[in-house]
Amino acid sequence: MAADISKLGLRTKWQDLTEGMVIAGAGTSRDFLTGEWSSVKPEFIEEKCKQCLLCVPVCPDSCIPVKDQKRAEFDYDHCKGCGICVKACPFGAITMEGVN
Amino acid sequence: MSKHTEIRWHGRGGQGAKTAALLLADVAFQTGKYVQGFPEYGPERMGAPITAYNRISDTVIRAHSNIYDPQYVVVVDESLLETVDVTGGLKEDGAILINTERTKEEIIPHLKGYKGDVYVIDARKISMEALGKYFPNTPLLAAIVKVAEIMDKDIFLREMKASFRHKFASKPEVIDGNMKALEMAFEEVC
Amino acid sequence: MAKRDRLSGNEAVAIALRQINPDVFPAFPITPSTEIPQYFASFAANGEVDTEFIPVESEHSSMSAAIGASAAGARALTATSSCGLAYMWEELYIAASNRLPLALALVNRALSGPININCDHSDSMGARDSGWIQVYAENNQEAYDNMVQAFRISEHNDVRLPIMICQDGFITSHAVENIELLEDEEVKGFVGAYEPENYLLNPECPMAVGPYSVTDYYMEAKRNQAEGTRHVERVMLEVAEEFEKLSGRAYGLFEAYRLEDADRAVVMIGSAAGTTKDAIDKLREKGEKVGLLKIRLFRPFPADAIAEALKNVKAVAVMDRAEGYTNQGGPLGADVMSALFRARSSALAVNIVYGLGGRDVRVEDMEQVFAELKTIIDNNDAGETYRYMGVRE
Repeated sequence: MAADISKLGLRTKWQDLTEGMVIAGAGTSRDFLTGEWSSVKPEFIEEKCKQCLLCVPVCPDSCIPVKDQKRAEFDYDHCKGCGICVKACPFGAITMEGVN
Repeated sequence: MSKHTEIRWHGRGGQGAKTAALLLADVAFQTGKYVQGFPEYGPERMGAPITAYNRISDTVIRAHSNIYDPQYVVVVDESLLETVDVTGGLKEDGAILINTERTKEEIIPHLKGYKGDVYVIDARKISMEALGKYFPNTPLLAAIVKVAEIMDKDIFLREMKASFRHKFASKPEVIDGNMKALEMAFEEVC
Repeated sequence: MAKRDRLSGNEAVAIALRQINPDVFPAFPITPSTEIPQYFASFAANGEVDTEFIPVESEHSSMSAAIGASAAGARALTATSSCGLAYMWEELYIAASNRLPLALALVNRALSGPININCDHSDSMGARDSGWIQVYAENNQEAYDNMVQAFRISEHNDVRLPIMICQDGFITSHAVENIELLEDEEVKGFVGAYEPENYLLNPECPMAVGPYSVTDYYMEAKRNQAEGTRHVERVMLEVAEEFEKLSGRAYGLFEAYRLEDADRAVVMIGSAAGTTKDAIDKLREKGEKVGLLKIRLFRPFPADAIAEALKNVKAVAVMDRAEGYTNQGGPLGADVMSALFRARSSALAVNIVYGLGGRDVRVEDMEQVFAELKTIIDNNDAGETYRYMGVRE
């Protein structure tokens, strides 16, 4: 039985768990909205952004989507608010409470 | 009537008493018997007294205990006569076989009044003559097969030759010496 | 076509493993390991198996490697004894809770201390709550037959749990006895190929094994795991039935020996059961109604079937080759007495600790146990329900 992560929740019965809690299938972390784990979020200031894209590869949760060679707004469903992107931006285009 | 033979071996670690018990089980198996051959492990070191056992039977063997009242006892190292109660539980209508240079008459006073049959064999002499090395278990195996009437000599020698061919496939030069040791032991045990 | 042979218990299990030809066999190659990996290593070196044999640096590692191999999709096993099993403790639970089919060829020996290398069941009894299936043998034949059946039970889709195939250290592991072996092709056909639905090395479906479970899920996960153990009895009997067609040798969850009309029974595990059968035959010749229930499947514990088999006995002695240090007796005693209690049995039961550290069990010892049971019936009183046999006092 392959896991359907989206069906997991505090009401899930034991019968609906996979054997051995195995998670079979790729990319299931997309269905797991870990963004709620954070207390603070980075903020994207588009007018300061030079589109250097230095922030994109350093994000541990791949929460900075890129389209047509330009970064877009954060994926707050999965951003855990670590603040690494704030440190990586040379132009002050990302800010977050408590991170300089 | 179905036959059931129990044998206890007394030796010292490194002398091959366990191997002899396993070889005896092996060769008795070849004659269609039910067999058991097992060692009793004490301290694992060279020279420590060890005991090994054989049950050989016409019927299925289920008991997994040591043997306390054997029909036969084999003493691989005669120095054990002074330290281990080798005749303990040994049946009076059974026999004890001892590896020694001494004669039967010289040995009997050391057997705490055991009244059954006593056999002696000089396994060292036979082994040195046939193999050039001291492996007492080969002559003792032949001797106990004869004393306990496990099987006919011819069948025994045939089975042992086949077993040696398998065991010593990589050094066939030792097969003849081992066969000679068995034949000599069969003749010399008394 | 059965082949008659004479083998030690270690050789017998190693030959079963050669015939099974598993994919991966990690094992610690030094004491307290057994001759089983030693024999198997020579099969591997001689090209008689396709197995990846991995000599690892500890039992912690051998079980970890077996778990990894099983998760990857391989048919895997390891082997150990005594303290080696103790060193696998953490991984035992991981194998079971991750629902990974794999086997462990165990030779039962005492745990230290005092230091002792001989037979008792304290090693596997300590692992009884780890979620593994535990199967025990009376002799080399049963050890071999259980090993041949092991993967069929462990890998069954309704079970998917690791299985421990146990035999008594030295008493059967080092004793050469008669045995009937199956042909290589028969074993191969019986065991079949292992085809897991999900496995790590499947590029079509990547998989995560052993994820973290927060409190919100842990209890549901453990209940889910228990569902696997609930199928073990049925699957084990199905496999045994098929095995009997192949071999002519019948197996159940336990063996009932002359128990049908017995008023006194002994319940025990392992090699001393053979000795007990000799005692029973002697007493039966004198007209005494005595019998034996020999446990084959200990985990999960077939309590209902055991209580049913013992329903007509007036007194029962449950024999434990391990101390439980509960002041009540050993683990088998606790399980059997609880089974009898649940079944509202009126049998008088005692729990006897015996055979620790290789202490020998003779036919006369077991005759004495049946004599004690007679006294219990005559007095209609079990007396001291926690006893020792064969201890100097």
